[in-house]
Amino acid sequence: MVLNAASGDAPSGSAVPHTVSRGAIEPPGPEAAISISDLRMRYGSRDVLKGVNLTVRRGEVLALLGPNGAGKTTTIEILEGFRRRSAGEVRVLGTDPDHGDEAWRARLGIVLQSWRDHGKWRVRELLDHLGRYYAPYATADRPRPYDADEVVSLVGLTEQANLRVGTLSGGQRRRLDVAVGIVGRPDLLFLDEPTAGFDPQARQEFHDLVHRLSDLEETTILLTTHDLDEAEKLADRIVMLAGGRIVADGSAAELAREVAGKAEVRYSRDGESFVHATEDATAYVRRLFEQYGDAVGDLEVRRASLEDVYMALVLEYESGQRTGLRTTLTEVAS
Amino acid sequence: MSAQTVALGAGVHRGWIEFRQSVANAQDVWGAIFPPAVSLVVMYLLRDNTVPGTDASLGSQAVPGILAMNAVLTGLMGLAVTLTMDREDGTLLRAKATPNGMLGYLTGKVISRAAVTVASLLIVLVPAAFLFGGMELGRVTTWATLVWVLVLGLFATLPIGAVLGSLFSSAQSMSFTTLPLMGLVAVSGIFYPINGYPEWLQWIAQVFPVYWLALGLRSALLPDQLAAAELTESWRHLETVLVLGVWAVAGFLVAPVVLRRMARRESGSSVAARREKALQRPM
Repeated sequence: MVLNAASGDAPSGSAVPHTVSRGAIEPPGPEAAISISDLRMRYGSRDVLKGVNLTVRRGEVLALLGPNGAGKTTTIEILEGFRRRSAGEVRVLGTDPDHGDEAWRARLGIVLQSWRDHGKWRVRELLDHLGRYYAPYATADRPRPYDADEVVSLVGLTEQANLRVGTLSGGQRRRLDVAVGIVGRPDLLFLDEPTAGFDPQARQEFHDLVHRLSDLEETTILLTTHDLDEAEKLADRIVMLAGGRIVADGSAAELAREVAGKAEVRYSRDGESFVHATEDATAYVRRLFEQYGDAVGDLEVRRASLEDVYMALVLEYESGQRTGLRTTLTEVAS
Repeated sequence: MSAQTVALGAGVHRGWIEFRQSVANAQDVWGAIFPPAVSLVVMYLLRDNTVPGTDASLGSQAVPGILAMNAVLTGLMGLAVTLTMDREDGTLLRAKATPNGMLGYLTGKVISRAAVTVASLLIVLVPAAFLFGGMELGRVTTWATLVWVLVLGLFATLPIGAVLGSLFSSAQSMSFTTLPLMGLVAVSGIFYPINGYPEWLQWIAQVFPVYWLALGLRSALLPDQLAAAELTESWRHLETVLVLGVWAVAGFLVAPVVLRRMARRESGSSVAARREKALQRPM
């Protein structure tokens, strides 16, 4: 579990304290789908990434969170091989993305933010066409590509299979983007804000699809999102990026526990309402019942939500930047 | 089969689908037919004028030139415009994200543009043959010459379209190339034989492929005695092959380099940025 917020003026390199208490960061090995060390990106005189270290295990679902301009899209584009980094070591499926060949590319699935291509094509026709390129890269345990009808039904577009892409609604279009991303049965899937514009049902179906890909196909998934609820539901692990650095790394529960520390217990006793903040809600509630028994009502235990964590970290980062003070949130081990 | 062969096959598939889409799209069809239709009407009105030095109608003499102009507009310009549009909407980035996708994409584009060019040529040629007499459509040599001139002409001009489409970042800025291109069409003797032009202008015309494409089509479609109206009073097939061939070779050497450079710069954020710009542009 790494949890830190460092301001922009800290000396580079040492600016990211590694306070590892659990196995979130592992040495890069054959198991790693992605390994990044000291990744830096500079546009002109502006540093967008200031030394990012990250390892994503094979089969892991990782959510990358962060405010706009934090460097999420830049990071993903570097991993996809669409952007050359300024410095640092990067391996994606064992290959440097700057020198990735077509066989390497065939193992990636990419869903970007703003596709609106192929408007005149029909849904099934496009998936069938794009799938063809992957056929030479099929392996015994990974038949490629998906059958077009199968992938159409996987994303719930069977009824729209023969419609023109340009006539799809925003949510349907997004599902097609996901279908295109997975048609080659990727080992590693990049999803850049995949559910923007989805209605709740489509979102739920998409979440089921992600679980399916991760559980049955052992697809490693790296997704960015602004929807914290979604990150919590989908991701095994959440990484927060702010100001070009990773400021938090852990599961949703870990982050919540360690940033906010305390849970809030609300209850009523004899018609009167109480609120109590505690680090160990379970013990507190046990004592509460031992002491008052049936007199306790309306019990509610609220852990800090991921949103609280997110806001706390972003505020922390921004205030650090404003004052130029280096702030480090060390973990509050529980 | 190698992965490249598979991608080439997919490219042919793409070309066929996109050709079908163009033919089924009223706007595309209209765009391909409108310019030559206007030119044909003008030439029909001028049909009583004769080619200087002969008694052949200026109208029918101009038809092959109009076909050549149309081939350049639908082929070269059409390819350039679709390339910039495909960059704007993310089609090219999609190709880049697919293994060997750029190879398939370009194969498909070239095939579909070439097919649209040939189709629009036939659509114009048939009514023109009825409107203007004096074209030799019954000879075998007519069609043989038509085929090799067209194929060589497309090889010479399509790479130029690919280069233009790579250099300009939006369909909007592409329109700056229309004026010089129309100027080139004007000096290339599409509507009027270039014999009457000053010699330096004749030289300029003969450097570019449009003149030779038009000359080749005239040699295919017009009676042989009309060669008398050309420079050096011949169809100059050898020179046509040489000039168009040089353009084709140069194009196939330069275009992949320019295309690769352009494709390297494509990323999700560059597509998003262009879209942002396109949305902000006053219509």
